[in-house]
Amino acid sequence: MLVVQIKPEEEILPKISSKRLFIFECLGCQEIYFPAEDVEKFIDNLKEEIVGKASLDYLCNREFVKEYIERYSKQIKKAQILLVFSCGVGVQIVSSLLEDKIVYTCCDTLYLNGFQGLTVQEFNCDQCGECYLNYTGGICPIAQCPKHLLNGPCGGSQNGKCEVDPDIPCVWQQIVDRLAKLGRLDKLEELVTPRNWSVSLISEPPVKRFP
Amino acid sequence: MKTKSNLERVLEAEQFAVTGELGPPQSADPEVIRRKAKILKGNVDAFNVTDGQTAVVRMASWAACLIGKEEGLDPIVQMTCRDRNRIALQMDVLGIAALGINNMLCLTGDHQKFGNHPMAKGVYDVDSIQLVKMVKDMRDEKKFQCGDEMAVEPRLFIGAAANPFADPFEFRVVRLAKKVAAGADFIQTQIIYNVDKFAEWMKMVRDRGLHERVKILAGVAPIKSVGVAQYMKTRVPGMDVPDSIIARLQGVPKEQVSKEGIQLCIDIINQVREIEGVAGIHLMAIEWEEAVPEIVESAGLLPRPKFTP
Repeated sequence: MLVVQIKPEEEILPKISSKRLFIFECLGCQEIYFPAEDVEKFIDNLKEEIVGKASLDYLCNREFVKEYIERYSKQIKKAQILLVFSCGVGVQIVSSLLEDKIVYTCCDTLYLNGFQGLTVQEFNCDQCGECYLNYTGGICPIAQCPKHLLNGPCGGSQNGKCEVDPDIPCVWQQIVDRLAKLGRLDKLEELVTPRNWSVSLISEPPVKRFP
Repeated sequence: MKTKSNLERVLEAEQFAVTGELGPPQSADPEVIRRKAKILKGNVDAFNVTDGQTAVVRMASWAACLIGKEEGLDPIVQMTCRDRNRIALQMDVLGIAALGINNMLCLTGDHQKFGNHPMAKGVYDVDSIQLVKMVKDMRDEKKFQCGDEMAVEPRLFIGAAANPFADPFEFRVVRLAKKVAAGADFIQTQIIYNVDKFAEWMKMVRDRGLHERVKILAGVAPIKSVGVAQYMKTRVPGMDVPDSIIARLQGVPKEQVSKEGIQLCIDIINQVREIEGVAGIHLMAIEWEEAVPEIVESAGLLPRPKFTP
């Protein structure tokens, strides 16, 4: 992760209230920018039981994360929710490796450029500045749906394929499958309001990204 | 009554509604609209004009709607999120209502890749569900998206689409529920050829009581040829054309296929009418408007109800 900012507490706290938590914290890009103090404060203020915490470099490195998941497997098993402090790529790596766990990100990703050649192996994060992974079981519809749909698959999703390009999977089918596995299809009933594109990297004129 | 819409009146009076569809021309010729509108007049309660369907440039939906209104019909403007951000959408909503158009169908829109300008930038600032909510907030709360208030609100009867045949099937009724929660007054469905699957979907709709909160118009369309049926089956995303339909059309001599296609449409209308919760049909005789009077009459749907304005 290069530049992220912590989400407002009121967005996260209701989702994790009185649950057992395991925390992933990515320090891979801390030389560039990581709000380490904010993260520490956020974690200190949590009233929930924290069963374990893994701080590692490069949560975007799948093989590396696999090792950590093995090392912390007992604690992770005990946790009801995995809380991730990283960019959108790191969150999606965790959620794809732990498909039976609810994964929540505490960060909005503002900017990834520069290091991804070195670190990021998969790049399903658009640095949109307003992370939606908490609505979708940790799979990003902004980066992967050609219409950036936030309220579920369009009428063209068939046999798991996207209507725009049959060679790519329908990301919303993946989200529905993932939430079904977690028993959380109820999350899809929520009306997601229009997003704030002004914090997105693709807004014009380019917003000042660096805090 | 929320609006001056004829369609709303028909549905409020618990009459089985009929809406039609009018494809606007790829030109500035108003006569195309007038000719098609004259065919539909007296046979439908309201007519849709598509908004850049399949992402091909055609006359603007609102403009063709206005021409059809001059011919004495109740227009349903279609509004997609593909080409407009939330600023343009709200401006168009105001303008459309000011022109005396009373119905709006809110859609995400076909992706630009499918059309004749695949190099265009798609907008998708909001999606169809968010658009429904946006129009509802403008009409019922007199509020713009930013929270500012307006003096005169757009009185629009709000529609949305539903596709019972797309995947994931279990999610389809959830998506409908979201559109209803966002504020949809009526729903027009994808064209139905698989009546059994549609009936299964309608059961899920009734299980949630959604048919009591929104008026559902079942999408139907005649098929002109075996080639068209096969094209829809294999090439149109989100369409479900069972083999039995193709076999039925193949089973008649070539010169009678279009007649059989019309009879098939009438048969489907009669079947969906029997399903509890279906409030009407949306008849999409695209580029075949001439077939509409015969279908509506043979299905026993004439005369259409008339109300004094």
